[in-house]
Amino acid sequence: MTRKISFRDALKEGLDEELAHDDNVVIIGEEVAQYNGAYKVTEGLWKKWGDKRVVDAPISEAGFIGMGIGASMLGIRPVMELMFYSFAYVAFDQMMNNAATCRYMSGGLINVPIVVRGPANGGTSVGATHSHTPENIFANMPGLKVVSPSNAYDAKGLIKTAIRDNDPVYFMESTVLYGQEWEVPENSDLEDGELLIPLGKADIKREGTDISLIGHGRAVITSLEAAKILEEEHGISAEVVDLRSIRPLDEDTILDSVRKTHRAIYIEENKPFCGVGAQIASTIQERVFDYLDAPVLRITSVDAPAIYSPPVEKEQLPTAADIVEKTLSIC
Amino acid sequence: MATKTKKAETKSFADDPINKSLSKDDKIDLLRQMVRVRRFEQIALTEYQNDKMGGFLHLYIGQESVACGTISILGEHDHVITAYRDHGHALNVGMGMNECMAELFGKATGCSKGKGGSMHYFAPDKNYWGGHGIVAGQTPLGAGLAYGVKYLGQKGSCLCYLGDGAINQGAFHESLNLAELWDLPVIYVIENNGYSMGTSQERSSAHPKAGLALRAEGYGMAWDQINGVDLYEVRAKTKKALDRAHNESKPTLLEIFTYRHKGHSIADANADKYRTKEEIQRYMQEHDPITNFKEVLITEGIIEEADYKNLVKEATKEAMEAVKFADESPYPDVSEITDDVYWEVDNNTEAGRTGKHFFH
Ligand SMILES: Cc1ncc(C[n+]2csc(CCOP(=O)(O)OP(=O)(O)O)c2C)c(N)n1
Ligand SMILES: [Mg+2]
Repeated sequence: MTRKISFRDALKEGLDEELAHDDNVVIIGEEVAQYNGAYKVTEGLWKKWGDKRVVDAPISEAGFIGMGIGASMLGIRPVMELMFYSFAYVAFDQMMNNAATCRYMSGGLINVPIVVRGPANGGTSVGATHSHTPENIFANMPGLKVVSPSNAYDAKGLIKTAIRDNDPVYFMESTVLYGQEWEVPENSDLEDGELLIPLGKADIKREGTDISLIGHGRAVITSLEAAKILEEEHGISAEVVDLRSIRPLDEDTILDSVRKTHRAIYIEENKPFCGVGAQIASTIQERVFDYLDAPVLRITSVDAPAIYSPPVEKEQLPTAADIVEKTLSIC
Repeated sequence: MATKTKKAETKSFADDPINKSLSKDDKIDLLRQMVRVRRFEQIALTEYQNDKMGGFLHLYIGQESVACGTISILGEHDHVITAYRDHGHALNVGMGMNECMAELFGKATGCSKGKGGSMHYFAPDKNYWGGHGIVAGQTPLGAGLAYGVKYLGQKGSCLCYLGDGAINQGAFHESLNLAELWDLPVIYVIENNGYSMGTSQERSSAHPKAGLALRAEGYGMAWDQINGVDLYEVRAKTKKALDRAHNESKPTLLEIFTYRHKGHSIADANADKYRTKEEIQRYMQEHDPITNFKEVLITEGIIEEADYKNLVKEATKEAMEAVKFADESPYPDVSEITDDVYWEVDNNTEAGRTGKHFFH
């Protein structure tokens, strides 16, 4: 039987293995070392790897992320933690201007192999300043890659690949998922001896024939819940497609799924305007219009900053009930 | 940190004009304010543990003299802005326990209608501009409030509070430069409690022994350091900065040494790992600003121990009533999630009715 570990521990294993794999990998962030990480993702790594490899930074996101970008030009591979991805906005210039364009502006002479990771999710009543989900914002910028895993297995395989990638990868997690457990094989049970998942490969999390529920991050988990209800209570067979990486984007898997089911809904916890779902909907109607039996729909957070009030915030985010209802409207 | 509380020093600040002018009742009021903040938070903590709220709760317990002392000397055109550890400032500017407690409970009767939560209290009618969750995000706003005061030709200022960890953000340094360059009447108050989450000042800030206020030197800005345990000292030295702001339209950087008794937030699992239990005990027992001021007032013959007990009792009653108020208040309606996003839409103006504003 495959062992089960939490999303948090899967990430930690991935980080630990990459620290071992490459001496140039260094983890930098606020409270990542001696405090063991604000959300304990890096727990034990400082103790194991020491001051050189796991570094506590002052509260200076623009400074230490910019520094990581600079160091990466010499081949260092900084993996920088944002305690919340919301704090990316403090480092926005570094993450957008410097990380994304140094390669281009140097005519390809430079590359920036950094990872910036951390939680980007709502749903924990920490208010608007701490609940941003900027995957669409960063994915808008050519030169950047954006990854958003939905489970522990993918988290481990994707973080390892992200660290080995030679371009900037922005890796967005969810504090709501950190404690949840999934099956993640031991390396000894793997043919290649380690778990690497390529960026740009979507994954069918559940096969179905009547509708494609497409999403990224925790919205995939919500979609799986909805798919179960749809099957059990409405006899509808939903296919759940997990993007895993938003840019690069696996268009083929999305389009194949829609060719099969003829209906699609994009589900995300982000806001709707120019969201990832808007991009996917555009791609679907452009490429497989003739296969569609209904308009492509989207389910997102209610379009406002994250409300604090705990019970109300639950309603602001997409629920399984929302997905069931929208599905029934087109099935 | 504030290890050097000397009786002699305490005496000298008691004689400062700003403190000499206090009546007996004024002094009791100051003590009452600090006690109110503490009881409010202790009871909020209990309610947090009773699952009445979510998210973060950053307690001010141990630091009460900072908000109380500095805010107690403010006038009509003086403004206040701070970070997420904001309950103490809120109660001191005159916000009620009811709306503050209801906000923690996420209720529609909260000061931000349940939309902001613990970190995001606001009361513009009391010159209180938040409650900000992003470390140092409030520091340019503080300069901006001072800019506004100056622009409007008022004799006023802005007190902008930040933590010892926040001083390492670029936005703060940019703010210092603007404040001095443009003669803005802003007073930056570093509440130096020695730690930013689990990181001691020594591990986060270069040249720590010199103190953090010294960074003002790089901008040619006036600065001072204050023992936060002594309410009289906080008032006396802040008054100098306030006079500078009012009379010369010049900024000041103050560093007030203080200590938080609790963890960084309720979620701080390591609260007594990055600092020793002995250290925490020592600050609680020997450097508590409330105990200190209580003893000062007893020594001055203004109160007796029983009067203090009474203050605690009153504050407890007030906080318990606030809990009841919060408990009985309704949550915001789901339909209200999209209220308060755009002024034009809320006010149903022509602009608010033109074009689509929401997209879910
Ligand atoms: C830009 C940003 N980075 C990180 C955080 C997370 N965080 C919140 S408070 C805090 C420590 C701040 O310490 P300090 O400035 O000393 O204030 P204190 O909490 O001691 O009052 C950190 C790292 C944040 N809210 N915003
Ligand atoms: Mg601090």
